[in-house]
Amino acid sequence: MAEREKLLEIKNLKQYFNVGKPNMVKAIDGISFDIYKGETLGLVGESGCGKSTTGRTIIRLYNATDGEVIFDGENVHGTKNRKQLKDFNRKMQMIFQDPYASLNPRLKVMDIIAEGIDIHGLAKTPKERAERVYSLLETVGLNREHANRYPHEFSGGQRQRIGIARALAVKPEFIIADEPISALDVSIQAQVVNLLKKLQIEHGLTYLFIAHDLSMVKYISDRIGVMYFGKLVELAPSDDLYSNPIHPYTQSLLSAIPLPDPESERIRKRIIYNPNIHNYSENDDVKMREVRPGHFVNCSEKEVKQYQQLYKQ
Amino acid sequence: MENILEVKDLNISFHTFSGEVQAIRGVNFELKKGETLAIVGESGSGKSVTTKAIMRLLPPQNSEIKSGEILFDGKDLAHLSEKKMQKVRGKDISLIFQDPMTSLNPTIKVGKQIMEPIIKHQNASKSEAKKRTLELLSMVGIPNPEQRFEQYPHQFSGGMRQRVVIAIALACNPKVLIADEPTTALDVTIQAQILELMKELQKKIDTSIIFITHDLGVVANVADRVAVMYAGKIVEIGTVDEIFYNPQHPYTWGLISSMPSLDSTEEELYAIPGTPPNLLHPPVGDAFAPRNEYAMQIDLEEQPPMFKVSDTHYAATWLLHPDAPKVEPPAAVAKRMKQFQAGQEGQ
Repeated sequence: MAEREKLLEIKNLKQYFNVGKPNMVKAIDGISFDIYKGETLGLVGESGCGKSTTGRTIIRLYNATDGEVIFDGENVHGTKNRKQLKDFNRKMQMIFQDPYASLNPRLKVMDIIAEGIDIHGLAKTPKERAERVYSLLETVGLNREHANRYPHEFSGGQRQRIGIARALAVKPEFIIADEPISALDVSIQAQVVNLLKKLQIEHGLTYLFIAHDLSMVKYISDRIGVMYFGKLVELAPSDDLYSNPIHPYTQSLLSAIPLPDPESERIRKRIIYNPNIHNYSENDDVKMREVRPGHFVNCSEKEVKQYQQLYKQ
Repeated sequence: MENILEVKDLNISFHTFSGEVQAIRGVNFELKKGETLAIVGESGSGKSVTTKAIMRLLPPQNSEIKSGEILFDGKDLAHLSEKKMQKVRGKDISLIFQDPMTSLNPTIKVGKQIMEPIIKHQNASKSEAKKRTLELLSMVGIPNPEQRFEQYPHQFSGGMRQRVVIAIALACNPKVLIADEPTTALDVTIQAQILELMKELQKKIDTSIIFITHDLGVVANVADRVAVMYAGKIVEIGTVDEIFYNPQHPYTWGLISSMPSLDSTEEELYAIPGTPPNLLHPPVGDAFAPRNEYAMQIDLEEQPPMFKVSDTHYAATWLLHPDAPKVEPPAAVAKRMKQFQAGQEGQ
């Protein structure tokens, strides 16, 4: 795992809102993680824990308060000239949660998808532009006749496919998917997730997949980060996180998911998380520590030993 | 067990500019005393329309109950006058809406909103109503009821607001509680709390619940019986074990296999191809046939009737006809069925 190439490094990222005012919010409070090339990193947590803000700060929709986001060896934040910014915008794209709000209702699908192509001058002739849009539509499972329609003529699942086609239009390397399936029906969710997986293999994409549906996240992600109140509390390969959750918050989150299995639902016991159980004192150095290879937990030095002991059993 | 609510051959249409949309096409079910019936299905399958029809909350301008009966307490709710209906709503049957952010009035204090149905339906005095409201607030697990009584909805979090909505719904000890996706807008941890609360309260006041959701995990958690809806019809109905461990309809198979389980390792998720039909022009045969890999010629020509699987379990698919060929359900479903049969033989 160590030799894998890092595509994105996030170092001690902080995003505060209303700085200096009494209602200051620490939406992200110092998180660090890496995303490797070609992997899917899932980010889960309750609403308000800062997972969407993390995605938006990474893509520079917000200016970070502090910390660094290094993409492909370059810092995302900080001054850039037009050309650099444009170049960066092409490499990183986003898929939004609500397919009803994220497409301009007054543009035809052709122009929605081609917007990025026009900005970056990726097509030289109108014919080439149309050809590219057609092939993108086919890639995401729609057909070329759809190019001349407006968004309202499509169902939720189809709109999300248009959103995906738009993100792919500029040939990005990295896609941030912010709850891309939450607004869709169960039977359609599976279609979109399968599409995202297929595209990842075909185009060598890297995903940051933000969601609160934990079973879907586990299915699509290679590694999963769990966030709680602006902090990352646990980061581990997905199977490891589900079979051996270490941080008490992760345990509580996992125990709250209802499974489509009445037998196991009857015996399920929910674990309740109480942040006071850590009982951190002033001089405890609480940070992400590696409890076992690849499995990081936010804890103090004392807890690390406890956790490692537990793990052995 | 006695039936508290019976829906018989309900047909509902909406009149739109493009024509008549047949949203509900012959729905039959009954609700027993003290049970939880879950209705599952995709958006547009008619689950919310069914429950709104029971409450008679469909817009009179463009909707029409074409035929059918909704029997409750000796009355046919489908043909009750608005005045009589007002005595049923909130008293005998009450509704919990999906979005706790929009179902409370932002300009009225929470306490007053809970008191309203008590004063209206039980002729209680203000002080009696207040006493009852404080009881309700603590019953649904809201700390400091006296202080919370005087607060406005915006001072409550999403989970707390949904508790207020539940308190309003339970204010008059309804016989039937309809919960329309009550936890969809909430986080998993809050969802778990609300589901536990609803189950606990159901035991306490012995009410029947119709629970609408599209989350099969939630269904497995709360339901005694499950009805699966597709394109305005109930395609399968049975006890929760029958639906999850012995499903018969291909649409139910599809729903169950398209949910990833936490221990699944399959490379590709099963996805039901295509999209639901447009009910402006409902298909002639089985509405699911175009998306159904098991569809036969007859599925395109004639609608399947409800076939009986057991006393409690019915499904509308031609596959259950004695002349139909035997088919193998998808792997994920077959595995469930096998595990269940093994478990039953073990008992």
